[in-house]
Formats: sequence, structure tokens, C-alpha cells
Amino acid sequence: MAIVHDVMPPFQLFQPSSADEALDLLDARPDTWVLAGGMDSFDWLKDRTKRTSAVVDLSGIDALRGIREVDGGLEIGAMTTLVDVAEHAAVNARFKMLAEAAGLVASPQIRNQGTIGGNVSQDARCWYYRRGWSCYRAGGSTCYADTPTAVNREHAILGADRCVAVSPSDTAPALVALDAQMVLRRRGSERVVDAADFFLGPDIDITRLTVREPGELLTAIRVPATFAGARHYFEKVRDRQVWDFPLVNVAAAFKESGGTIQEARVVVGAVAAKPLRLRTVEAQLAGKPATEDTAKAAGELAIAGAQALRFNAYKIPLMRNLVRRAVRGGPLAATT
Amino acid sequence: MKKLVGENYTTPDLLAKVTGKARYAEDFRADGMLFAKLLLSPLPHARIRSVDTSAAEAMPGVRAILRASELPAPADTVTDLGETIRANPMGERALTDEPVYAGEPVLAVAAVDEETAVAALEAIQVDWEPLPFVVDPLVSLRPDGPSPRAEGNTWGRAPVESGKPPGPLTVMPLKWKAEDFADYDQGKMPMGEPQIDWNYGDLEAGFKNAALVLDETFSMANNQHHVLEPRTALAYWRGDKLHVHTGTQSAVQTVASISRWMNIPLEKVVLITEYTGGGFGSRATGAVICMVPAILAKKANAPVMLRITREEEQYIGGIRPGMHGRVKAGFAKDGRLTALDLFLIGENSAYEAQGDANSGGRFISLLYQPPAMRSRSITVLTNTPPRRAQSQPGGLQAIMIVEPVIAKAARQLGIDQVEMRRLNAPEGKALWGPAGRDGKRGYITSAFLKEALDKGAELFDWKTRQARSGKRTGSTVRGSGVAVSSFVAGSTGFDGLFVIKPDGKMYVKSGVGNLGTESVFDVHRVAAEMMGLRWDQVEVAWGDTSHPLPWTCVSGGSQTTHAMTRAAHAAASDAIAKAQEIAAQTLGGSPASYRVADGRVSAGGRSMSLADVAKKAIELGGKYDGHTLPENINKVTTTAATALAGEGLMGVARDTYPRDGTTVSFVAGFAEVEVDVETGNYKVLDYTAVGDSGTIIHPRAYGAQVLGRSVLGMSHTLALKTVYDQHYGVALATRLHQSRPPTILDVPRNMKWDAVNLPDPETPVGARGIGEPPVAAGACAVMNAIAAALGDDVFKRAPVTLDSLLMALEHGRPMQEPLTAHI
Ligand SMILES: Cc1cc2nc3c(=O)[nH]c(=O)nc-3n(C[C@H](O)[C@H](O)[C@H](O)COP(=O)(O)OP(=O)(O)OC[C@H]3O[C@@H](n4cnc5c(N)ncnc54)[C@H](O)[C@@H]3O)c2cc1C
Repeated sequence: MAIVHDVMPPFQLFQPSSADEALDLLDARPDTWVLAGGMDSFDWLKDRTKRTSAVVDLSGIDALRGIREVDGGLEIGAMTTLVDVAEHAAVNARFKMLAEAAGLVASPQIRNQGTIGGNVSQDARCWYYRRGWSCYRAGGSTCYADTPTAVNREHAILGADRCVAVSPSDTAPALVALDAQMVLRRRGSERVVDAADFFLGPDIDITRLTVREPGELLTAIRVPATFAGARHYFEKVRDRQVWDFPLVNVAAAFKESGGTIQEARVVVGAVAAKPLRLRTVEAQLAGKPATEDTAKAAGELAIAGAQALRFNAYKIPLMRNLVRRAVRGGPLAATT
Repeated sequence: MKKLVGENYTTPDLLAKVTGKARYAEDFRADGMLFAKLLLSPLPHARIRSVDTSAAEAMPGVRAILRASELPAPADTVTDLGETIRANPMGERALTDEPVYAGEPVLAVAAVDEETAVAALEAIQVDWEPLPFVVDPLVSLRPDGPSPRAEGNTWGRAPVESGKPPGPLTVMPLKWKAEDFADYDQGKMPMGEPQIDWNYGDLEAGFKNAALVLDETFSMANNQHHVLEPRTALAYWRGDKLHVHTGTQSAVQTVASISRWMNIPLEKVVLITEYTGGGFGSRATGAVICMVPAILAKKANAPVMLRITREEEQYIGGIRPGMHGRVKAGFAKDGRLTALDLFLIGENSAYEAQGDANSGGRFISLLYQPPAMRSRSITVLTNTPPRRAQSQPGGLQAIMIVEPVIAKAARQLGIDQVEMRRLNAPEGKALWGPAGRDGKRGYITSAFLKEALDKGAELFDWKTRQARSGKRTGSTVRGSGVAVSSFVAGSTGFDGLFVIKPDGKMYVKSGVGNLGTESVFDVHRVAAEMMGLRWDQVEVAWGDTSHPLPWTCVSGGSQTTHAMTRAAHAAASDAIAKAQEIAAQTLGGSPASYRVADGRVSAGGRSMSLADVAKKAIELGGKYDGHTLPENINKVTTTAATALAGEGLMGVARDTYPRDGTTVSFVAGFAEVEVDVETGNYKVLDYTAVGDSGTIIHPRAYGAQVLGRSVLGMSHTLALKTVYDQHYGVALATRLHQSRPPTILDVPRNMKWDAVNLPDPETPVGARGIGEPPVAAGACAVMNAIAAALGDDVFKRAPVTLDSLLMALEHGRPMQEPLTAHI
């Protein structure tokens, strides 16, 4: 079959106004494509690489939008746009890193349209996979990005298992660092998954990036009060100052007292298929002063086991330096 | 006298552009219009064994399918001088049965809508025979390297016996020896047998007398043009006349292209091209793909719209040739160049060769005036999309390859960077290039580059910034860089045409393409000013050849402002002479005693309005109202003028003004960057550019060119690139964001521009072009600023991305693969 891109294929479009209606639809036709802001979906559909006979558009479901106070934390509706997350007063006051992460996604236009639910549910950006080549992630039996000729500057240095695609999301590492929880609903039931367990590496499932099952909707993200008011750090490095995915990003939270780190969360994105929570680094940081020496040691430990492909060796020192900067703190985060 | 030249004004198309009323090709609709879609080759090189279109043809709504075999053979071209240029049988066409790059269009379907056309395409079975391919010029030059076509990997002419005329241009193999590649792994560009080799002066002595000799390799990426409006076209036939709506850089000359591609007479082509969303050289005379809707429209007997997608544009839109360069340069202690030896390897598609690698050396010989120089070059074909001219073709790449060497030498010799460029700068009628057949080197019309450098250094506050260059604060280091640049900036010999009607207004026919540069209107301000008219008394018609337009240059090679202000000057001079004669005949006295000013022709107390002159011209007929036309104008202009005959006082003339030298413009660019050494990320903090391009016609448009094109240049340094998988031979960066053009946030907020504004002595209006010279100034000022911040030998290729900087800082030497293409 000749390959044609950039023309939207026909499908049935459903535009429910309540989550229950949407869940009924998904229950009846589990292969229905869930459409949020479309910033990832439209690519797949217009490129005719992934096909579906039906699309359920969540944009008419007001209940899925907005940010609410819950027990000192926040519950963010999945359909809340990235710009609304980035500009929300309570998010900025208490969960600064999430506001920064959302505010550094892509470009203003994409943040106006893209939702936080879509941002954490988005698919990998490996350009071989997205071209529709039948790689492991697409159900095939090879990885095109991990060959001697592959151009893999933006691929994984950690956690690779056959597939070397990375998690492209900016908000994902922030949500993992904040111990956020994902609310997943299907018709008649609900489950709540820790953000750290929501994202999947290829060792667990090579064909998807999250635990969300067909028929399920992500309805909300809960950010507990745990790290409200702690020292937050988010930094994203990208090729351009805007309109670019992260090459590496880091999200970290530190509870400190008297210059000593009590508890730390350090999560790095775009280096593996899921946002990597660096538990050994966190353990090592506990009880240490937030000094340059501590920062250096954390950076070195962070990259233990990292393995470069032909074109992405730079991600190793970049990840090391970003972890170092997170521990060190300071006004170095990228700005848009 | 109304002063128009040098003043800002609002162009007549602006309101339509900012309100969305302007119609680009895609905005048109025609009754019964069909939509066409293209089937693209999935392989970098293949032959179609067979195609089964039966299922597609049976689909309701499918109206026509077009194969390459149905395309008319392109016609030969006959030049103005009567020379016949034979159509290249191996050249690019609209469709092909032997695609030579992945993404090349092979067939097309017209249907009632795009969805149906795509469904039809998906139902077409193509049986491909894959053929050998290569997507890296140096891989192809290896002794056993693959060639992109069965015939070879370079364009050349088969040797003939002496005395016989040279054979036709054809594709032939050219491979280098294994030993040429000895230092490849050390990142040194191999230098085997070149195709072009010229030199002047005593190179050996130059190097012997040098206090410092550098030998550097530098590579720069292939880059698409990324025009905002893709090559979309609507076509329909009215009787035997083909109407095409599409964007182009030349309203007039695209008619000739379409007539040649379609092999139909000129007068059977009508082109509507009021607005064009950018060209940058990629559609100097339109795009051959417009044949597809044109022929489908005939087959289906209905108008056909072919909308080109962004991905298709990435393929057929073309690419600036990427280039590898090796420079050996000798410098005296005082910074003066003593000798320069340049070797450029340009990449090309398997179609017509772009001359970038061959022409680059000329600009180097001009910019730095080396007393001895050799320039060698080769253009290697690969299975990648067509190479097309892109702003400052050849000049940009060569300057990007040489500027860092000049900067490095200045650092090593302890000479201020501005001073370094000043003392090597051309002046006046500076020499350039190799000697011609007469043994003499050519020269340019004028150069005021030193003045541009001085003005720029002051505006940029070079001294203050220089003082803080290389200083580190926290993890960041600042650096400031300067660069010089030049490009050709004007041609001659085109025609001007306007009529002053009895309503006293001037009606101008502009054959210039409206691609955003505003020269489509700007150049005519010269004629209006000479006629003493206010701008609101001038009506410009453009972009629709059903009302014929005069012979006009292509808006490429920065020639328009120069060429068409001359043509406007010639036409106005013609109209003034006629008006003087009419006034003398009507009011008495000698023609020479009359002056044209403020819309009147006057001598002492005798005076008549141009409106009355126009009436009189119609009465008199003959040359006055265009019934008799000059013999030396182009036949295209004759047609246009004939259509206007009898409407008023006609100004029509060909530019025959003398010109001594080649017209070239210059720019000096200054940039300051801040590099974060922990991430390799850098920001361009500030930028200033000063142009030397003669008299300024329209300052606001001029500033937009100087800064806009500087940004195009910066994009080559910042992040813009093509990406190919060498094993599969296909493009990986097929989306705009993956190619990484710069955003508004990647460039400084308050860039400054200025101009020396000294008239060129070899053109009556004094104006040279400015479109292209800023490009390399922007690219190199930023590159040099990065090197000023981080020191020498940190990067060896462009774009200079943060990964390469971080790795070099980590390892103390460049770590990027030096010579692999498309990474
Ligand atoms: C040019 C470009 C640059 C980008 N740069 C960045 C970047 O720098 N950083 C970054 O993080 N992202 C980036 N993105 C990705 C973009 O931000 C995300 O794709 C966007 O946030 C997705 O949100 P959406 O609402 O548009 O989701 P959609 O595209 O509608 O959905 C994305 C996926 O999630 C699923 N989905 C969405 N919502 C739900 C839900 N509530 N329940 C279940 N499934 C759901 C959809 O089925 C789909 O598979 C970029 C995208 C583009 C096109």
C-alpha cells in the first residue's frame, strides 16, 4: 500500500459532555481513540500511521477541566490545558516545578491547546517509530534507532531494553517528583496509580509508555501536599529556546532544614522510556548539606550505568550536570 | 520634487496581508475544482517495475491518474541572445518512474476531494525494484563508493578530441583514491581530484612568507528553505490557455518556465501570483510540480488544486547544498592574509547541479583580498532532494567555512577581530575571482566594507563588548564576534514600463514577484519620483499575467533592486523626454528647456500638467502612446506595451546604462552570545548588522532584509539541519519542528541595523541589492562569538548545537563526527 501522510483519515467522532458518556463509549468500543488537545493524536492520525474507526473527543467534558484544592494538595482535571497549569496561582505558590515544567512544554500555541492529561499520556517521539516503521514498539521485531547508522541523538542512555525511545514529557518528571497520583477510570470502576508506577519502561511493556489500559480514561492528577513549599528545581535543556522537546530535563524537590537535605526527590526525563526517579541519589542526599560537593557526588551517581548510542553521548554529562544543578539550586532554570 | 527614494511608505499589498484578504494559491477556488494528491517514493533510488491502478480507478470520485510517462518532454530554451539551451534529459521533472530520492513524486491522482484522492493512492500497488543509493557525498567519493545513478555521481562532459565542441553535460563517475581518505578519521577533509581548480598569485611564496599558517576543516549542514507557503498550485484551462495560480519569485519569468515545462507557447500561459509566501531562491521561476495539476486539469477537464503538504515541501521544496571545506590560510604577523588555499565539496541531488561549491571561492577572494589564492571544488550527487539556490548560494557556505579561520588567526596573532577584517577588506573597484580569458581578474563596481565595519563597531559598542568577551560568571561565558559577508547584488538589461493616463496618474506594470521583499513596489518609486508624482498618484499592477507585464529580472541573486531601479529609471527618462517633446510642440520652446516636476512639465512661465501631456500623447500616437515601441526592448515587453498602447503617455525602455564591474553588496555583522558551559546551551544576546549596498530605496524594507536574512543566517549556526539515516537513505527530520528553524525567542529582541548608504557609482540610482549578503554575516557573527567565548577547536561543523559544545568542553577537543552528512 502506498504510504501517504498528512491527510486526516475518516473516522466516527463522538463528542460526549460527561465522563460517564465517554466511559460508556470506551466500554463499548475499547479501540476508540481518546482525543484531548490533539497535539500528539493529530500527528498519528494525519500521518495515517495509527488508525482508528472512532474518536472520542473529551473537550466538551467540563468536569475534566480545572484545578481543585484537596487536602492541602491539588487535583488537576486531565483536560486542564498546560497554560492553565503553568499560570495557576496555587500551582505556582506550592508546586513551582510543575508550573515551570508545564510552562516549558513546546510553544505557547501548543500549551494553549495541549492538556496535562495528554501530556503525560503522549506517545514516544522516536522518529523511526513515528514514521510508522515496524519496530519493537510498533509490534515488530527490531529497533531502527539502535543500529550503527541510526541517528539517535535524542534517544535513551538508561533503561533501554530493545527499544531506545525516551519519555518526551516535561510534566511527567515533575509529577513523579511530587509523588502525584493518577486517577484512572473505566465504566463502573476507578483505580489510583502512583505517578512513578504510571509510566512504563520497555522491560515491562515495549508497546506503551503508561499503564493505562484500553477502555480507561485518565480523569485527574492528584498532587499531594507532601512537597508543597519544599525547595523545587526544574530545568529543561533543548535545542531552541522554545518549540522543542527536552533533550534532558530534571525535576527535583528537597525538604531542607538548616542547610541539610532531609528528603529529596530527583527525577530525570528524556533519558529513558519513563521519567527516571533516581532513588539511589535521593538516598545518598538525605542528611547531606546542599553543597557543591554533595551536588557533584549526586551528579556522578546519577549517571551510573548510563550507556551512550552513536549520537547521544552528550546526554550523560548533561544529565550529570543537571542533577548537580538541581542539588545546588539557583536561578538557572530555562525560561520561556 | 517629491522625495520618494529613501523614504518609508506603506506598500499597496500590506492591508490585504495583515487582514488575511491576500489570496495565496491555496485560497483560490474554481467551479468544479478537483483535488490532486501525490504518491511519493518510499525508497531513495528505485525503478517502477509495474503499477496497478485498477482498484483506484474504480473508486467513485476518482477522476484522473497521472503517470510520469504522460508528461510532455520539456522544451529547449532559447536565450535572449538566441542561443539554444537543450533541455537536460536527466534533469528533474514533476513525476518520475525512477525516483532518485525518497519522497520524490512518482504519480498523482485527481479526485473530488483529498480524502478520495488519498484513498485511491492507498489502493495503488507499486512494484519497486530497489537500486543502489548513497546519501553522503564522501561515501560516494570513496574508490568503491556507491553512486546515486547508474551513470555515476558527478556532472561532467565526456572528453572530446581537441578542436571539437564540448559534449553535452551528463552524469559520470568520479571516485577518489583510498589514500585521499588517509586523514578522514582525524577529521581532515580529503582532497582528491577536483572538478574546478583556479588560482592566482604565488601561493607557495605566500605560505612561505606567512607568520602563521592554519589548516582547518569545517562542515556545514544541508538546509531546506522552509518557505511558509508550500509549492501549492491551482491549474485550469480556458480553451487552449493554461491558467496557473502559484507562488513564485518572478511573475514574468515563471511564464517562460511553465511554457517550457509544458512545451506550449508562451502566450498560452497565464500566471496569477499576487502573493508568494517566501522563496529564498527555491522557486526563482516557480516549481515544476505545477505541471501535475496542469496536466490533470486537461485529463479530467476540470480545474485541479494540488495542495503541497509540509512534508512534501521538505522533499520537493529543495535544499541548500551542505558543504565540507578545507582551508589552508597563511597570515603575516600584522594579520594580512598572504595566501589562501580553499577546497569545497558540495553535496547535490542526482538532478541538476547547484553551483554553490564552484562559486564560493570567488566571495572569499573578494572579502579578504588574499594576494594569492587557489580554489578547488567538486559537486557530488547523492540520493537526496533537489538542491536549489538558497539565499547567498555558495557565498554563505564558503564564508561559514572561512570566517572561523580568520577569527582563529586573529586570536592567535593577538589582533582585534574588527581590525583583522578591516585590514583584509576590499576597497573600491576591488578584484575578485580568477583571471578571465583575457588573463585579467574581474573587479566589482564599489565596496565600502571598511565603512560598514566602522559604523557597526560603533553601533554595537564593540570595544566594551570585546572587553567582556570570554569572561565567565557562574556557569556562563560571554563572547562577541564579528563577521563580514558579500554577495552579488545586481544585474542589468531589463525593461521598465508605465503609462501616465489623462487622469494624471501613473500606471505601472511590475513584473517582479511579490515574495515579501517589497521590491515589487519599491523599485517603481524611482520612476514616480522622477515624474514628480506623489505616491498616491501611482497605481502598480502586479502578479497577473493575463494583463501582460514587462520583461523583469527574477527576484533571486539580490538583483531586483539594482536591475529594476535601473529599468524604472530608463522608463522614466523615456517618459520625461517624450513629455518634454510634447510640451515643446504644444507650448513652444525647446524640449530641453522643460523640466518635469510636481506632476507638470514646465519651462519658465510655460507649463502643462502631465494629465494634459497624456491626452496629447494619445492624439499624437506613435512612440508617445506606445504605438511605436523601441526596438531593443524584450519581446515580452513589446507584448505588454502593445496591450497598453493608446492609453496615455508611455514610458518604456530597456536599461542600457553602462556598468563597469560586477555589482556586489557587503554586510558586517556583530553578535554577542552567552554560553552555559554546564549544558552547552547558548543564547544570542545581541546582534547588529550594517549594510553596504549603495543608496537605500526603502529603509523599512531594507532593515527587514538586513535583520531577517541575518536571522536566516543564524539559523544555520543555531540548529537548522536535515537528518538522514544512511542505511535506509530516508529523511528522518520531516517535520518543521524536527528541522529546527529558529523561533523568535532564539534571536535577540532588539537587533539593530544600519547602512553606509553611499551610492554605487555604476548605476544611475546608486542602489545595489541587499537580500543575500546579510545571511553569512548573521551565521558567522554568532559562530565567531561562540568561539570567542569558548576558545578555538571546540566545534568543527554547523549547526553548532549544544551537544557538540558540551562534549568538546567535557573532552577538551571536538567530539562530533566531523564529516558525516545529514546528522
Ligand atoms: C511540535 C511539538 C512540540 C512539542 N514539544 C513538547 C515538549 O517540549 N514537551 C512536552 O512535554 N511535550 C511536547 N509536545 C507534546 C505535546 O505537549 C503533547 O503532545 C500534548 O501535551 C499532549 O496533550 P494533548 O491534550 O494535545 O493530547 P492528545 O494529543 O489529544 O493526546 C495524547 C495521547 O494521550 C491520550 N490521552 C489524552 N488525554 C487522555 C485522557 N484524559 N485519558 C486517556 N488518554 C488520554 C490520547 O489518546 C493520545 O494517545 C510537543 C508536541 C508538538 C507537536
